[in-house]
Order: sequence, then C-alpha cells, then structure tokens
Amino acid sequence: MWRYFGRKLFVYALTFFVAVTINWMIPRFMPGDPVRSMLARASVGNAEALEAMRAYYSSLFGLDLPVWQQYLNFWGSLLRGDLGTSVWLFPTPVSEVILGAVPYTLGLLVPAILLSWIAGNKFGAFAARGRWLDNTVLPVGYLLTATPYMWLGILLAWSLGIVAGIFPTAGAYGFALQPSLSWAFVSSLVLHWFLPFLSLFLVAFGGWAIGMRNMIIYELEADYSSYLEALGAPRRLVRRYAFRNALLPQLTGLALQLGTIVAGALLTEIVFSYPGLGNLILEALNNRDFFLLQGAFLFIVLGVLIANFVIDVVYVLVDPRVRVQMQGGAA
Amino acid sequence: MSAQQVPGGPVPGEGVGAGPGEAAAVGAPRRGNETVYFALRNPKLLAGAVVVAVLLVAALAVPPFLGGSPNAYVGPQAQPPSAEFWFGTTNFGQDVFAQFVHGLRSTFLVGLLGGGIAALVGMVVGFVAGYRGGLVDEVLNMITNIVLVLPAMVVLIIAAAYLEARGILVQSLFIGLTSWPWAARAIRAQTLSLATRDFVDLARLSGRRAHAIIFREIAPNMSSYLFMTFILLFGGAILIAAGLDFIGLGPPQGVSLGLMMHSAVSWSALQLGMWWWFVPPGLGITAIVGSLYIMNVGLDEVFNPRLRET
Repeated sequence: MWRYFGRKLFVYALTFFVAVTINWMIPRFMPGDPVRSMLARASVGNAEALEAMRAYYSSLFGLDLPVWQQYLNFWGSLLRGDLGTSVWLFPTPVSEVILGAVPYTLGLLVPAILLSWIAGNKFGAFAARGRWLDNTVLPVGYLLTATPYMWLGILLAWSLGIVAGIFPTAGAYGFALQPSLSWAFVSSLVLHWFLPFLSLFLVAFGGWAIGMRNMIIYELEADYSSYLEALGAPRRLVRRYAFRNALLPQLTGLALQLGTIVAGALLTEIVFSYPGLGNLILEALNNRDFFLLQGAFLFIVLGVLIANFVIDVVYVLVDPRVRVQMQGGAA
Repeated sequence: MSAQQVPGGPVPGEGVGAGPGEAAAVGAPRRGNETVYFALRNPKLLAGAVVVAVLLVAALAVPPFLGGSPNAYVGPQAQPPSAEFWFGTTNFGQDVFAQFVHGLRSTFLVGLLGGGIAALVGMVVGFVAGYRGGLVDEVLNMITNIVLVLPAMVVLIIAAAYLEARGILVQSLFIGLTSWPWAARAIRAQTLSLATRDFVDLARLSGRRAHAIIFREIAPNMSSYLFMTFILLFGGAILIAAGLDFIGLGPPQGVSLGLMMHSAVSWSALQLGMWWWFVPPGLGITAIVGSLYIMNVGLDEVFNPRLRET
C-alpha cells in the first residue's frame, strides 16, 4: 500500500518541483526582458529615474545575484509562504489576494466536476446501444465537448442573461450587497453562480456521456458479457456489470481531464467576471503583475496535484483488484 | 478542452485484439479497397469530413477574393448581417466575415502545427518507451507523467505572458510541447502489445536496427491508430489556442477566432446585442473540432470491424 502511494507521491513531488522550476525559469530565460517591459509601461522619460527604477526592479527580482543563489532564494521564500507583493493591489501580499479568490473558483469547479461526472456517466450508460438515443446523443455530446468553454459561457450570458434577463452576467453577487449570511446575499450569490456553473457543467457533461457510452459498448463486447448473456442473465444485470467496469477508466479519465477543466473554469470566470483565479490571472496580465501571475500558477498546480492524489485514493477504494494486490504486497 | 481522455478516442482499445486495422490484414490491395468501401458508407465519417472540408476550402479560397486586411475599417459601424457584409460589422466597422475566414486559416494552421508537433513528440516518446523498456521506459514514463499532470493551459498562459514575440508559430510550438503526454501513453501501450509479436521477434532476429523495426514493422501496424491520435491532437490544439487568444495572449496583430471573441467581449458586444460578432467564431471552432471528433468515431468503425453497426 505504502509503495503504491509512495510512488504516486514521488511523482507529484517531482511535478511540483518542475512546476516551481518552470515558474522560476520563465521570467529569467524567456527572450525579452521583464524588467524592461515593466519600465516601458511606466513610461518614464528621465534617464536617471529609469536607471534607478531598473536597479530597484532588478533587486526586487533578485536579478543581481548569481543564478544558483536566485534559485535557492526563490525556494526559500516560497517555503515561507512568501509569494511576493501584488503590483495590481499594492501592497497586499500575493498569497492573500489569491486566497481571497480561491473559494470562488472551488465553488464553481467542485460541483461542476462532480455533478457532470456523475450525471454524464449515468446518461452515457443509459444512452449506449439504444438506437434512437444513441444516434441523437452522440453528435450532441461530441459537439458539446468540442465547444470552447468561453463560447458556451458567452452564449449563455447573452441568451439567458442579457436577452432573457433571468440571470445576472457579471460578478459573484450584486454590486449593492455586502457579504453576509442574509437571504438577499445568498440568493444573489446563487443566481450569479448558476450560469458559469452551467456552462462548465455542460461542456464536461458531453465528454463524460460520450466516454461512458463508448466504454459500455466496449464492455458489452467483452467475453464476460457474452457469457452472462449466454447463461440467460437479464439484460439489466449485464449492463450493471458493464457499468461498474466502465467506471474505472472514467475515473482515470477524470484525473487526466482535471487540467483541462480547470483551464475551462478560468476562461468561464473571465466571461462572467467571476472573481476567482481566472479573473485574477486576467487582471495580473493586464497590469503586468508577474508575482500575482506566478503565485496563481503555483496555486493551480498545487490544487491539481492534490485533486490527483484524492482520485488515486478513491481509485484504491473502488477497484478491488488494486486493493487485493496491495494487501498481497503488504502481507 | 484538449482531448486528453479523449472522448471516443482510440483509448479503450488497449487490448491486443482490438488493435486497429488488423482484421483486414489479408493483402495490401484488398485491404485498401475494403477500407475505402467502409469509409464511403460511414455516415459519421462522411458528415464530419464534409464539414471540415467546406470550412477548409473557405479558409483557403476565400481570403484572396476579399483582398485587403481583415482588420481594415471598411464599412459602417456595428451593422447586423446584410447583403454587403454577410456577417455584419464590428464596433469599428470591420467586416466580421473577412475576420472569420482569416481566423479559420489560423485555426487550421495552429491545429496542424500544434497537433503535428504534439503527435511527433508523443510518437517518439511512446515508441521508444514501449519498444526499449527498462530504464529508458521508466525515465520517459516519469517525464510523461509529470507533463501530464501539469495543467497545459496554465503553463502556456505563464509562458505567453512573458513572451514578447508572439506569433502563430511560437504558439503552436508551445501547444505542441505541452499536449503530447496522453498520446505518448496510448502509443506506448500499443507498442508494448505489438513489440512481443512474432513478426517483430523475427525482424529482431534478422538483425534489423531498433529504429528500422519501429518504423517498418511496428508503426505501419498501428497507422490508423496514429492517424486518429493526430486528429484528436489537432482538435485539442485548436481549443487551447482559442482559449489563449481569448485571454488576449494570442498574436497581437493577427486575426484568429479566439481573438474575435476576445474583442467582442472586450468591446461589450454582449451588452449591445451584437450577436453576429461573437456567434460565428465560436461556431466555427465548435464545427471544426466537433466534426473532427465525429470523424474519428467513423474512422474507428471503419478500421475496427467489431465496432461497425450491424
């Protein structure tokens, strides 16, 4: 058991290490000079002032130290939880800005991922091998997964938000409200949450439904299904076995899709000006706030790694083969 | 969405017997005929191919007739579709139709380059890891797993934010370098199952070199699989590029479908009800990528007789 988790954790630790290294390398080794582009943005004409600012920014990034020292310092401050200071919301620390946005992103992502996975699997299993359903569901599902997240968001915001006027299209709650536990605030929160959630849910749903449908068909072709059918087992029983077998690859698929869904959530947030990490990234880009950008990147990577690990644990709980194998290994 | 756990992709067929293109390995000419026979009778494949072909022709053939820059201010501002401007005009009087066909061009280009690079890297890693095994496999597997877990889009956002020279080529290169892992995994699994076959052993006994065996013996036996993988990578690259362009990290002076949505949203086309500005670009992307996916299901049925509808 510990071997299995140890191996997984090792890969994740290595991934985190690589992510931090990428994060450190990109500003330093990309063609183009971040300090210069920041100075260009400040548009200071005075040469002396420019020189002073260049020196200030260089020391801020620690660019005047030897490279290995820069790298170690980067890790040092990271482990102290210091991600730098936001330029956009000066002088708030980056970690604080990000922690304020994370709940919104999680509030969108977690329900969207879980509900779309469950509903998509159920629906895909239901549609598989039903001639009429299969022929309508299949193209619709493929079109849904092929839809860019932001476009579905735009369409929903325009049709249900602006034309029909049912849902608000910007922000996480009404502009006139203060966060509190009142009915007015909570209902406004839910109304603002619904459209971004719906667009994330729909795109992901199409993918899961199709994946499940294909897996079920594959499982129904397997020998055990034919055997059961030959024994005269009821159709429903065979399908139930096929469903349980098909769930495992879908769980692996969930782990593989996490990065994509997170990216989709970022794009959806931008469409709806939803104050999560996606919007934060957009603001960071617009304000050339690189500390904030890199902090957000690290947070997202960390979140994806944790979610991957959770899926690994669930996989062990669900798959009897892995469980037995591990008990055998431990004995 | 990059097609990772590819919907309807060649993923489930990791089993040996389900390897594509094996059932009809009777003789080369007959097999070719049979593939064509079933391909022409597969409605999914045909429908997908027709949509992609129409859009491709539009992308290649129309722009020369329009002439001038797609970003030029040619007409009245914010006009709905009319006989003169088929898709209407933007807030600034740019022709949306001209932007759309030029955007289609860059969409296909990104798909081709980004998907191509990803397929190339995935194939090299998958073949080498699957055929060599041992330590090489361990190391390549580790790298694959690391890149697989890293959220590609977010890495690309960081990279593109610092990059000053942003063009379609650079964008495709970056997309290709981040979206190969699932392909490498799938190809590795296929290679593993083929590498233990008798004909591969025979080739090895005859003293062929490893790369010759991979390219002459293994790759041709999974060519349909590789082709389908490329199609999915193609679609995935288009979606990632659209997302990047939408955030505003696309080519600064260019035209692309993602960029059109970006400007539509930034210039409040939604609030102004200018649906002709933001509907066509998204519809174009959805049509291309969706048709590619549906084509892939059709191809799967053509190559794998067990999936054909009876």
